[in-house]
Amino acid sequence: MGWQPVILWADGLIWLTVAAVGLLFWRGADGFRAGWQHLWRKPVAMAAGLVLLCYVGIGLLDSLHFRLRLPAQAGMSAQYSVEVNSVLDVLIAHLNAYPEQTYSAPLAKHLFVKMPTILPDGHLALTYPDLTLYQAQKLGHDEQRARGRGQEKIRLGLRGVLVGVLLAAAMTLLFAGWQAYREGMPLRDLLRTALQGKHPLPWRTGWATLTVLCVLGAMMAEWSTVYHVLGTDKIGQDVLYQSMKGVRTGLMMGTLTTLVTLPLAVGLGIAAGYFGGWVDDVIQYIYTTLNSIPGVLLIVAAVLLMQGFIETHPALFDSAASRADFRLLFLCGILGVTSWTSLCRVLRGETFKLREQDYVLAARTLGVSDWRIMGRHVLPNLLHLILISMVMDFSGFVLAEAVLSYLGVGVDPAMASWGNMINAARLELSREPVVWWPLASAFGWMFVLVLSANLFADSLREAFDPLGRRR
Amino acid sequence: MMTYLLRRLAYAVPILLGVNLLTFSLFFMVNTPDDMARMHLGVKHVTQPAIEAWKVQHGYAQPLFYNAREPGWRAWRDTLFFNQSVHMFALDFGESDDGRNIGEALRARAGPSLSIALPTFVLGLWVNIGLALMLVWARASWLDRFGVTATVVLMSVSSLFYIIAGQYWVAHLWRLVPISGFVPGADSWHFVLLPIVVSVMAGVGNGTRWYRSIFLEEIGKDYVRTARAKGLNESHVLFRHVLQNGLIPILTGAVAVLPLLFMGSLLTESFFGIPGLGSYVIDAIQAQDFAVVRAMVFIGSVLYLIGLWLTDLAYSWADPRVRFS
Amino acid sequence: MSESLLQVSELRITIDKVRVVDGISFAVAPCQTFVLLGESGSGKSMTALAIMRLLPESARYQAGDIRLHGQDLLGLPESAMRSVRGGTVGMIFQEPMTSLNPVLTLGEQLEESLSLHRGLHGRALHEAAADLLQSVGIADAAQRLRDYPFQISGGMKQRVMIAISLAGNPALLIADEPTTALDVTVQAQVLELLRKVQRERGMGMLLITHDLAVAAYMADQVGVMYAGELVEMAPRAAFFKQAQHPYSQKLFAALPAQPDQVLKAIAGSVPALDSVFEGCRFAGRCDEVQAICRSVAPVWQDLGNGHQVRCHAVSSPFQIKSGPALTLSRSAQPVLSVHHKQALLTVRDAQVYFDLRSSTLFGKRRQLKAVDGVDLDLFPGETLALVGESGCGKTTLGKSLVQLQPLTAGRIELDGVALGGKLRRVLQAQRAAIQMVFQDPFASLNPRMRIHALLEEGMVALGVEPDAPRRQILLEQLMTQVGMSKQVLNRYPHEFSGGQRQRIAIARALAVQPRLLVCDEPTSALDVSVQAQIVNLLRELQTSMGLSLLFITHNLPLARHLAQRMAVMYLGRIVEQGDSAAIAASPAHPYSQALLQSVPTLTTHALVSLRGEPASASHPPTGCHFHPRCPRAEAVCQVIYPAIRTLQDGRQVACYFPIDPVAA
Repeated sequence: MGWQPVILWADGLIWLTVAAVGLLFWRGADGFRAGWQHLWRKPVAMAAGLVLLCYVGIGLLDSLHFRLRLPAQAGMSAQYSVEVNSVLDVLIAHLNAYPEQTYSAPLAKHLFVKMPTILPDGHLALTYPDLTLYQAQKLGHDEQRARGRGQEKIRLGLRGVLVGVLLAAAMTLLFAGWQAYREGMPLRDLLRTALQGKHPLPWRTGWATLTVLCVLGAMMAEWSTVYHVLGTDKIGQDVLYQSMKGVRTGLMMGTLTTLVTLPLAVGLGIAAGYFGGWVDDVIQYIYTTLNSIPGVLLIVAAVLLMQGFIETHPALFDSAASRADFRLLFLCGILGVTSWTSLCRVLRGETFKLREQDYVLAARTLGVSDWRIMGRHVLPNLLHLILISMVMDFSGFVLAEAVLSYLGVGVDPAMASWGNMINAARLELSREPVVWWPLASAFGWMFVLVLSANLFADSLREAFDPLGRRR
Repeated sequence: MMTYLLRRLAYAVPILLGVNLLTFSLFFMVNTPDDMARMHLGVKHVTQPAIEAWKVQHGYAQPLFYNAREPGWRAWRDTLFFNQSVHMFALDFGESDDGRNIGEALRARAGPSLSIALPTFVLGLWVNIGLALMLVWARASWLDRFGVTATVVLMSVSSLFYIIAGQYWVAHLWRLVPISGFVPGADSWHFVLLPIVVSVMAGVGNGTRWYRSIFLEEIGKDYVRTARAKGLNESHVLFRHVLQNGLIPILTGAVAVLPLLFMGSLLTESFFGIPGLGSYVIDAIQAQDFAVVRAMVFIGSVLYLIGLWLTDLAYSWADPRVRFS
Repeated sequence: MSESLLQVSELRITIDKVRVVDGISFAVAPCQTFVLLGESGSGKSMTALAIMRLLPESARYQAGDIRLHGQDLLGLPESAMRSVRGGTVGMIFQEPMTSLNPVLTLGEQLEESLSLHRGLHGRALHEAAADLLQSVGIADAAQRLRDYPFQISGGMKQRVMIAISLAGNPALLIADEPTTALDVTVQAQVLELLRKVQRERGMGMLLITHDLAVAAYMADQVGVMYAGELVEMAPRAAFFKQAQHPYSQKLFAALPAQPDQVLKAIAGSVPALDSVFEGCRFAGRCDEVQAICRSVAPVWQDLGNGHQVRCHAVSSPFQIKSGPALTLSRSAQPVLSVHHKQALLTVRDAQVYFDLRSSTLFGKRRQLKAVDGVDLDLFPGETLALVGESGCGKTTLGKSLVQLQPLTAGRIELDGVALGGKLRRVLQAQRAAIQMVFQDPFASLNPRMRIHALLEEGMVALGVEPDAPRRQILLEQLMTQVGMSKQVLNRYPHEFSGGQRQRIAIARALAVQPRLLVCDEPTSALDVSVQAQIVNLLRELQTSMGLSLLFITHNLPLARHLAQRMAVMYLGRIVEQGDSAAIAASPAHPYSQALLQSVPTLTTHALVSLRGEPASASHPPTGCHFHPRCPRAEAVCQVIYPAIRTLQDGRQVACYFPIDPVAA
C-alpha cells in the first residue's frame, strides 16, 4: 500500500532540532566535549539520560507522519486518506484496536461499571460485561477460565521480564563492544573493569537502567496483547495508548518553546551586555515590560484570540492534525515569548563580565570586529549556561502544558496530551469506587519525564558549571 | 538614597505605558471591536448597524489611534486608545460583559485571594528557609543527599497533582476539611487550610533547593573562614554570619512577589472554589470577557512594578553596602 | 625541643588523593617568627589551615601530629579546638577585601571574638574593642567600630583582621600572605604593625609568604617549601648569607637585583603533586642534578647552627657555584642616543575621566580622573617603565595606548600621527603597531579556542598575512621565538601553566608585528621563578626585534632592572620621570622615595613607611595630590599643584621640594 509523508510544522522543527543538536555534539564546539564526557561519567546523568532517550524515541516515532493511499479508483489520480498517522500509531495500533464502552481497570477482565446485559438464559441483568479486547482473543469463555486469568498474567509478565533482561544485556554488550573498539581494549577487559566499577563510565548504572526500562517495556508489550495494561478511560480508550501519544506533546512543548526562547534570550542578552549604552536600555526596557505582565494572563489572552482566529479562518487548516499542530506551535510561541526574559538577563550579566575579560580586550586590540568577538569569544563561553538553562526550562514547559490545558488554553482538546487527560479525569476521584488510573498514568508519565530532565539538568550543571553561578 | 528610590519609581512610568500599548494592541487591534461585537451578537446573521450599535453601547465606537474626523489634537484625543488608556491609568476599569463594575469586583475578591496567598507566602518562606538551613547544616551527609534528591522529586511533580491528591486524601477520604468553598469572616480558616498547605507543599521543592544553594554559596566565602578561625561554633557561624548574608537575596526576592499576592492563584482558587481574583480570571476566560482580562493584566503589571520598587527599597534597607552609598 | 610553642611533625595532608602537604616537620619558638617560604601550590597555606583544623572538607590528615604547648591539636575534641582558634592561635588571611563579613559592623565582628575568648560584656566589651582597634593603628577607633567593612580601605581592613586575631591574646599568630594583596606602601605599614604587635605581646608568629624580601625582613627562622615538602630550614642570618638548597639559590638568583644581568630563571614548573615521587622533587629542574637525585629521596643534612637542607649535593663537600653573571651587551649600553631620534610615541596632556553616578537627581556629574594630564615620550627600541600603586591610572593609560579606552582630552601620536584615525587602513596599521600583554595569563586567553586560532585571529583581522600557508610558517617561527614548540598550536589554553600562557599571550601580540608592546604587569600573577623567565624573554625579544616596551608595574626594583627610563605615577599624574637607574639610586620626588623605601629588600632592617593610603581618584586632595602623605609637605603644597621642573640630570619632577639628588 502506498503512503505519502506528511511533514507538520512541529515535526519539521523537531527534526531540525535533533539534527542541530547532533551536529553540535558530533563536530562542533571542541571545548565542549570535555564537559560532555565528564557528564556521562555521573551515574545519575547516565540513568536520567537513558530514560530521556527513551521518551525522545517515542516522541520522534510519533513525529514521523504520513497518510495512507486509498484504494485506487479507476481514472483518478492517487487519493490519500484524510487521516494522518504516525509511525508510532502503527506500532501501537493494537492498543487502541478494541475500544471499550467505558472505564475498565488496569489488567481487568471486565468493565468497571455494571451494564445491562442479556444473560445466556435470555434475562436482562446488570453485570460487569467482558471487555471487547478480551472477547477478541478468540478464546472461549470457558477455555479462558480454564487457563486461569491470574496464571496468564504471571506467565506473560515473566515472559516480559525474560525478554527485557535479555534485550538489556544485548544492548549493553553492544555498547561495550563499541566502546572497547574505540578504546582499543579487549572486550573482556572492558567488561571486567566495568563490572568492578573501575571504568570511568558508570556501566553498572547504565545496565541497570536499561534493564528496568526494557523489562517494563517488554512486560507492557506482552500484557497488551491480552489486556488494557493501564485500563481504559471514560469513553473506553486505552490509557496506555493515550499516555504514549502524550509523550510527543510533552516533548514538543518543552523543545519548541525552548526554540522560541533561545534566539530571543541569546541574541538580545549578548547584544545588551556587549554593546551596553542605549542598546542595553532598549533591551532592558523590552524585557522588564514583558516581565511585568503576568505570564499566565498574557498566554490566556493570546490563546483566546488565537481560538477566535481559528474559528473565523477554517479554510487555512486542511486537517484536524494541522489545526492541532498550529495550536501547539502557537502555544509554544506565546509561552516562549513570556519565558525568555530570565535567561536573557543572566546572559546579559555574564556578557557584561566577559566583555571586560582580558581575552576580549585582547581581541579588540587585535582589531577583531564586534560580531566576530560576540560569535567567537562571548557565545562559546556562554554555551554551558545556555545548555543548562535549556534543560531546566524544558521540564518547566512540560509541566506548564498540563496547567494550561486545565485552564482551557492548552493544546487542542482533540490532541492527546497529559494535560488533557488530567483535565478529563480530574472529577473521577470523587466517584465511588474511585477511578484512579487515567490520572495516575498521566501524572506518572509526566513525572518520570520531568524528574529525569531535572536530574539530567543537575548533572549538566555540575559538569559544565562547577561553581554553580546560576541556580 | 531618597533620590535613587524616586528615580526608580519614575522608571515605572515608561514601562506601564509600554504595557498599556501592548495590551491595547492585543485586545483591540488583533481582536477589533467589530470582532467583539460579532462574537457577542452571534457570528452569523449579524448586521453592520447592530455591530455599530453594540460598539456605541459599550463605548468602543471611536477609531483606534487616530480620529480623522476631529481637528488638531482632538484627532488624537478622541480615540479609543486615548480614552481607554486614561481610564486604565485612573484605575477605572469599567464594566465586565455581564454589566458589573470591574473595580468593585476586584475590591470584593482581593480579600479571599489574600487569605490564601498571604499565609501561603509566609508559611512557605519559613518552611523553605528552615529546610534549607537544615540541609546546609548537614551538608555532605546522607541527610543532605536525601534532602536534595527529595527536592528534585518534589519539583518534578505537577502542581495539579498536589491539589488533586490533597483534595482526594485530606478532604475526600479523611474528611478533615471541606473539599472546596469559602465563607468570609472567622470561619474561613476551615476552607483556606487545605489550599494553603497544598500550595506550600507545591513550592517546597523549588524553594528549599534555591535557598540551599544561596546558603552554600555564602558558606564558601572567605568571611566564613574568618568566623571559624575566631573559634565560633558552627551554629553561630551558620545563624549569625551565613544566614544574615544569605537572607539578603532571599528576602529582597520575596519582597518582589509580595504585591502580586493580591492576584491570587488561578489554579488553587478555581480548584477550591475560592471567590478570589484568580477564579475571577478563570471565569472571565471561560466567558471570553476581555475587559476583565485586560484589567487584570494591567493590575498585575502595576503590582509587579511596585514589587520591583519594593525590592530596591528592601535592598537599601537590608544591605549596608547599598544603604550607605 | 621542649621550648617550642608549636611543633609540627611529619604532617601529611591529601585532598582528593593529591598530596598537598607531604611529611613536613618544623617548630615555632615563642616570641619568634617562623617564615614558611614557597611558591603557589607548594602547600604552605594548607599547612597553616591544618594547624587551625580549618582544612576544606575534602582534605584528610594522613599522618603526623601538631602540638601546641605540647598538646596534640589533632586529638582535641572540636569544642576544645574552638577555644584554640581565635584564642591561643590567631590567624589572618591573604584577602582582607573578602575576609570580613560585609553585613556586620567592624565592632560586631571584633566584639564577637572578644566576648568569646575574654568573656567581656557591655561597656567593657566596647572599650576593649576600641582599645584593640587603637592598638593596630586605627584612628577614631570608637567611631570606626560602627563602620561596615566596605567603608574602609584594604589596608585598614587588614588592620582590623589583625585586631580580630589578637582579640583572644594569642600565643601564636598565623599570617597567611598578609600583605600580598596590598600596595607596597601599605604593605610596609602592615609588616611594621605585625612586627610591633609581635614584639609587644611576645607572640610566636608563623608567617607564610612567597616573597624572599618579606621573609628577610620578618623572619627569625626560615623554612623553604617545595612541592609539599620542606627542603631547607635555617636561621635567618644563615639562610640569607648563603642558602644551600639549589631551589633556594634559584629563588635568590631570580630576583631582579642587578640591572644588567639576565635573571636566572628556573626552567620548567612545579611537578604535579599526585604523581609518585622517586628521588628529589626538584631533580627535574635542578642544574646540579646527579644520578642519585633521580632515584633516592634526599634526607635532611645538618649543616650546624640549625641549618638543615634536603639535598644530595650538599652532603658532599661540593659547593654550588653561582655561575658568572651574564651580561646583555645591548641593554648594557645606556640608550642615550635615542633621545635625538624621533619619538615613536608621544603622549600629550592625556586625560581619561570616568563619569560617576551622581548622587542627586539633577546634581552635577562627578568625575573620576583616572588619567589627569600625562605627557610621555617613548623612543624606538627603548623600555619605559610606568610605576605606581593600584588605582593610580597606569593601566587606564596603557589601555588608551592600545585604543581600548578613548581619551577624554589630549592626544596620543604614533610617528607623529594621532591615534584613532578614521581611515580603516590607518586604524589597522596603528592597532598592529601597538599591542598589549595583559596581567593575568589565565584570563587573557579564550579557553574555548585553540592556540592556533588565538594567534591567527589578529593576523587575519588586521590583514597582516592573508595567505594561510605563510601564516602557518610565521606562527611556527613565533612559537620558537617565545620558547615553545610548534606542537602547542593545536592545543587549548587550559593545558598550559601560567608562564607558558604568558608566552602564548606575548606571541599573540607579536603576531601582528607591533613596534610597541604595552606590558601591563605581565609577571605579577606569576611565581618568582617564572617571572624571571618572562622578564628574560621580553628583554630577549626587545634585543632581537628592536621592540619598544612600555612596562607597567608596581614593582620598582623590577622596573629598574628592565627599563632605561621610568615614570612614576600617583593619582593620575606623573610625579617623576627620568633615567631609571638615577631614580632608583636617588629618587627626587618624595613619593618615588617612599615607593623605593617601602619595598623590603634582602638587606633592609627598617622600612620607612608612608602614612595613610593612596587617596581615591574621585576625591583627589587639593594642591599636590601627595601632600597628605608627604613628609616634606608645606603650606603651599596644599593649595597649588606643583609645576614640573627639570633637574640637572634631565629628570622631570612635579614637586616644590624635591630631594636633592646629590644629597640623597
